Amino acid sequence: MLERGELANSWRRERWDSLRLLTPNWQSRLPGVLYEGDDPDGYMTMAEVVELIGRFATGVRAPVRTRTNVTSLRRVDGGYAVTTSEGEIDARTVVVASGACNQPTLPAFAGALPASVQQLTPFEYRNPDQLSDGGVLVVGASATGVQLAAELSQSGRPVTLSVGEHVRLPRTYRCRDVLWWMEASGVWDQRYDEVEDLTRARRLPSPQLVGTPERTTLDLNALAATGVELVGRWASARDGCALFSGGLRNVLSLADLKLNRLLDGFDEWARMSGLDAEFDPPERYAPTAAPRSPRWRVDLRSGEIRTVIWATGFRPDYRWLDVPVVNAKGQLRHEGGAVDSPGLYALGLPLLRRRKSTFIHGIEDDAREVVDELNRYLMNGAPSSTNGRRRSLARG
Amino acid sequence: MASTIDNGVNVQALLEAREALAGAPEAAQFTWRASSTWQDGVYSRTTIQNFFGLGEEQSHKSETVFDADHPEVFAAEDRGITPIEYLLVGLSSCLTAGVAAVAQNRGIQLHSVEATVEGNHDIRGILGDTDVRNGYNDIKVTFNIDADASPEEIEALVAQSQKRSAVFDALTNPTEVTVAVV
Repeated sequence: MLERGELANSWRRERWDSLRLLTPNWQSRLPGVLYEGDDPDGYMTMAEVVELIGRFATGVRAPVRTRTNVTSLRRVDGGYAVTTSEGEIDARTVVVASGACNQPTLPAFAGALPASVQQLTPFEYRNPDQLSDGGVLVVGASATGVQLAAELSQSGRPVTLSVGEHVRLPRTYRCRDVLWWMEASGVWDQRYDEVEDLTRARRLPSPQLVGTPERTTLDLNALAATGVELVGRWASARDGCALFSGGLRNVLSLADLKLNRLLDGFDEWARMSGLDAEFDPPERYAPTAAPRSPRWRVDLRSGEIRTVIWATGFRPDYRWLDVPVVNAKGQLRHEGGAVDSPGLYALGLPLLRRRKSTFIHGIEDDAREVVDELNRYLMNGAPSSTNGRRRSLARG
Repeated sequence: MASTIDNGVNVQALLEAREALAGAPEAAQFTWRASSTWQDGVYSRTTIQNFFGLGEEQSHKSETVFDADHPEVFAAEDRGITPIEYLLVGLSSCLTAGVAAVAQNRGIQLHSVEATVEGNHDIRGILGDTDVRNGYNDIKVTFNIDADASPEEIEALVAQSQKRSAVFDALTNPTEVTVAVV
């Protein structure tokens, strides 16, 4: 296992200070490593996640080579040649486990904002003290965007939140964690070959959730109640002004409708499974309130906005992958983790094999199946390595 | 279910086109064209027939003619609707088409779809008051739909139609516009 930095590197280096996992502690499990603390319904801090992954790596004696950065992977006779910062490695099979969130995604017009406005990506943001006083424009209303908007609003700064398509979720529903419902009702086990529109499902943004000791819901109504101003999706920048979409109301409706369909599914599952009486009665939440007249233009030269935070998503970085398996949109071509090149596999991508594929507890089932395929390949069809060594490599 | 209902939309062809164009983005590049000729006063006539798409010149079955003028309260002769009203034609027809297509795709039989569109416009802008914008301040579309579906399913049809609408996007997001003189 090759790791460019330290064990659990991205959890150590690419997260803001206050971040906690979205999954409750009891759900943040790895094979053989279950939560044993006294707060099963709480959410781990980043230090706790690093400890969890460290405990797992020790427990399974994972052969991790830290500070080994892969700079190139190419096909050769019998498998793959891997160039790393620590030298060359040959492997008959390779598992790409480098994730889908290697680089923040920014719109093209980010380069055209006035120099007086500070810009930060979630990789650079640590806490509100980094920012100058004054207004903040948080761009994107998925998990990252709503969490940073809440934290910056709490710090006393005026916050404007630019909202595109998003996934609204309550933190708890009928007195259970909403992610308990995702697991119990079977949503998270839906397989990639059962999902109706796989391309769309794989692009689904992260839900509006935050892990706090109070288990609070952090939807747009909650943010608006604390004074956060909602505007539409940031469409372009022109003459020093940010121009937002006039379609805010529709993205609010889409998310409300989708939330209600999901809750209908939970209620249906509770009735069918005969467990209905165990939970509080079903409830529905107030529709997301749109501002009466959302602004569609903000002058970035006026001093109103001092900082822009790009919570506009992430993309994978495959610049090191010298095998033609990345499509025009920068995504790996794979079928349930079997990449379109013999002996090459992937793990930990959105809906790789199941809806839970990108969650910590979701990797186990995927890993078993992908490793089974890899083993079958080694036993049946893999050409033997030119130098006779048998090695399988994971880059994670 | 989808096969037993019919709103007259060939959804299968649309889904096949999406599949085909995913691998051929250049064929997906369309150019729509209109030509206007000044007639008299603020009255002009615009014709539309040809467009470009799927890698070649295309043509509508026949030419369509649009007359634009201003109403008598603008001291004009009202030989056609005002240009800004054409935007409402585009928006309501685009959203209505979207409702039909999404309903077909979701297996929902439509019986009637009515849309009314209102655009609120402060005309002091076009008369030279620089504190007032020239275009609409806001636009409201109201749908009245009779279909074999629950109120939530009908709301979802209308929401999805907006999400996929070319004209909704063109009106709610800025577009680079170049005007040249030859």
